Amino acid sequence: MESCNCIEPQWPADELLMKYQYISDFFIALAYFSIPLELIYFVKKSAVFPYRWVLVQFGAFIVLCGATHLINLWTFSMHSRTVAIVMTTSKVLTAVVSCATALMLVHIIPDLLSVKTRELFLKNKAAELDREMGLIRTQEETGRHVRMLTHEIRSTLDRHTILKTTLVELGRTLALEECALWMPTRTGLELQLSYTLRQQNPVGYTVPIQLPVISQVFTSNHAVKISPNCPVARLRPLAGKYMPGEVVAVRVPLLHLSNFQINDWPELSTKRYALMVLMLPSDSARQWHVHELELVEVVADQVAVALSHAAILEESMRARDLLMDQNIALDVARREAETAIRARNDFLAVMNHEMRTPMHAIIALSSLLQETELTPEQRLMVETILKSSNLLATLINDVLDLSRLEDGSLQLQLGTFNLHAVFKEVLNLIKPIASVKKLLVALNLAPDLPEYAVGDEKRLMQTLLNVVGNAVKFTKEGNISITAFVAKSESLRDSRAPEFFPVPSDSHFYLRVQVKDSGSGISPQDIPKSFTKFAQNQSIATRNSNGSGLGLAICKRFVNLMEGHIWIESEGLGKGCTAIFIVKLGIPESLNESKLSFMPKMSGPQTNFTGLKVVVMDDNGVSRSVTKGLLVHLGCDVMTVGSSEECLRVVSQEHKVVFMDVGLPGMDGYDLAIHIHQKFTRRHERPLIVALTGNTDKVTKENCMRVGMDGVILKPVSLEKMRSVLLDLLEHRVLFEAI
Amino acid sequence: MDNVIQLQKKLVDYKTSLFNEGILDDQFTQLQQLQDESNPDFVVEVVSLFFKDSERLFDELAKTLDQQNVDFNRLDAHVHQLKGSSSSIGAQRVQKVCILFRNYCEVRNIEECLKCLQQLKREYYFVKNKLETLFKLEKQIMEAGGTIPVQ
Repeated sequence: MESCNCIEPQWPADELLMKYQYISDFFIALAYFSIPLELIYFVKKSAVFPYRWVLVQFGAFIVLCGATHLINLWTFSMHSRTVAIVMTTSKVLTAVVSCATALMLVHIIPDLLSVKTRELFLKNKAAELDREMGLIRTQEETGRHVRMLTHEIRSTLDRHTILKTTLVELGRTLALEECALWMPTRTGLELQLSYTLRQQNPVGYTVPIQLPVISQVFTSNHAVKISPNCPVARLRPLAGKYMPGEVVAVRVPLLHLSNFQINDWPELSTKRYALMVLMLPSDSARQWHVHELELVEVVADQVAVALSHAAILEESMRARDLLMDQNIALDVARREAETAIRARNDFLAVMNHEMRTPMHAIIALSSLLQETELTPEQRLMVETILKSSNLLATLINDVLDLSRLEDGSLQLQLGTFNLHAVFKEVLNLIKPIASVKKLLVALNLAPDLPEYAVGDEKRLMQTLLNVVGNAVKFTKEGNISITAFVAKSESLRDSRAPEFFPVPSDSHFYLRVQVKDSGSGISPQDIPKSFTKFAQNQSIATRNSNGSGLGLAICKRFVNLMEGHIWIESEGLGKGCTAIFIVKLGIPESLNESKLSFMPKMSGPQTNFTGLKVVVMDDNGVSRSVTKGLLVHLGCDVMTVGSSEECLRVVSQEHKVVFMDVGLPGMDGYDLAIHIHQKFTRRHERPLIVALTGNTDKVTKENCMRVGMDGVILKPVSLEKMRSVLLDLLEHRVLFEAI
Repeated sequence: MDNVIQLQKKLVDYKTSLFNEGILDDQFTQLQQLQDESNPDFVVEVVSLFFKDSERLFDELAKTLDQQNVDFNRLDAHVHQLKGSSSSIGAQRVQKVCILFRNYCEVRNIEECLKCLQQLKREYYFVKNKLETLFKLEKQIMEAGGTIPVQ
């Protein structure tokens, strides 16, 4: 052997050191071999390790390092060349691998580091998501609670139940210790404890509404945390050392009915609030969470709505009860009124009979008394009695008429009549009085006014007479004009009677009559009173005119029955007055034309006097014949006599009328009348006695009336006059022609 | 036929003239209206009655006025009768004289009464004449087969 550099491993000197090196190398090699095995094992186990290649590299590096150290073991002693080559190869390999690994590590270590960062980031994210999920869950739970609460609250319309339920449910949901509701009192100055959760009967605690804490709560529509020591929260006696739980108060708006407008939503600017106070349990260290506060606010609003619904319902129930009570009261009143009307009708019916019987006796006996022998004073007295009793009888009739009119039991008696004749008759009746007062009466009938009409002639005449009579009564001088015409539609509408809508048709027409006088007039404010019963126009000028004040009231009712309207126009006191009425009359069917040309107008159904037995007493043969001729022409059965004695002999119950001529010479006619009265004591047996005379003076007429004649006719008598006279006589049993 | 129409026209003219002159008044028309089928000669009968009555009355009047002491009441009564009759048939002028006569009776003026009587007679005969002519005309028409025209 040449000199080799290798140190001959001599066991003897450094044998110990060698030994330790030998052992260390062995263990290093062992470690170097086992570490990659472990690495491989664990890598295999874990599925996610991304750098296997690096591990393989590393493993190779370590293995080679181990191999190197292992081979090193052989180099301590003499080793052959092969060992040296192997040693060299392994070292070279190891160097290569380790360099490669080093290079690789430069690449991968930043990556490994960033993995760590990402892991940290993800962990944070996960924590955040967890938190959010917790939040959502609580919110959803809150919503569920609200729905449930609302459902409970709205399931009833009773106020107490609503409030109680609210408190109970809130208490349950939020696990409250106490929950209370303070309502404002009637005066609005205090809050009164109305409902609590735990206490059974809260008795009259009140707090003034002006407390600052309360104002604070009322001004915000959120739930507000308040101190547990303020008066609204101190509901229970403090239980010693326990820490009271947090208290929250929220306002509950009380919506008034008057705040509801149909088109808008109710404004929440109501002044009245109630206060809801919620207390957490005293020693739980719980705190009010935001979601719980939101829950409370929502519930408070719902409660407000439910309360207003309940209030509306209460209101309407109360109104309904009120209406029912009113109905009952009205029913009772109606029944009472009916009873009263019935009682009055019975009374009237009885009084009618009771009043009329004595009246009848008075009038009848007075008339009979008139026909007996009386001294002038006595006659005057009897006449006054008769006049007064006639007036009284008229008054009784008027009152009875009026009460019948008001009952609506009066019905018009319709018939065809001569319209022109009605006006003329009224004129004739009014002329005497008018001429005494020196008033001019003018009648103006329009040319298109029909001659015949269908209606109630008697009542029309009564109305017309009343109106004209009033005109005459209240006029001291001047003139009175009566105008009658057919009303056309323009003149029908009167602004004073806006509800009067007359509609003329083919079978009806509207008669308009205007009576204008130049008398004392009526002041405009008195005009409506004229038609009220018993209301007199109390002006001084008319104080002495008599009349019960019923006339115009009756007229108004008649006019109304005739579907018309009556009113008075006057420009004031002293300016005269115009009374106007419009009535509805029917148009009669066309009359028999042929008869009209020969005989004058037919004035009604009763033109048949056939067989009517009459007696004509006239000592003048010629006039006797003429009168007979007249009556025969009308169809009567005429018996003529020339003297009173003959007349008395001949006259009997069969004769209905006795026409006697009363000329001036002698009192024959008058005596005859008296004798006839004596002969027939009962009025219905006696024939009507009518005087025919050519005298126009009043004395004759008065004498005739005095002896009890039923009528006086002025000679010469035309056919037409005789016919109408007979008609009148037979209908009215009396006829005194205006002289 | 022609004859009848002529006669009818003559009658109408005549009647109209009587009315216009005031000899007859409306009452006479009324009398004519009373004449119908059941009473065909009514007017003639009444007028004849009038003539008879009037003449009787004239006698009475003359007799009364002849007396020494004229009974004015009786006179008045007679004149009243005459007035009634004449007015009944429509002899207007006769009636007017009667009214005048009665006035004089009231004042008891015999002279005037006598004058009135004369006038009365004159008027009476005048109207009698006229009426008789009228009736003759009517009779002629009837005989000729026509009808009396109604006025």
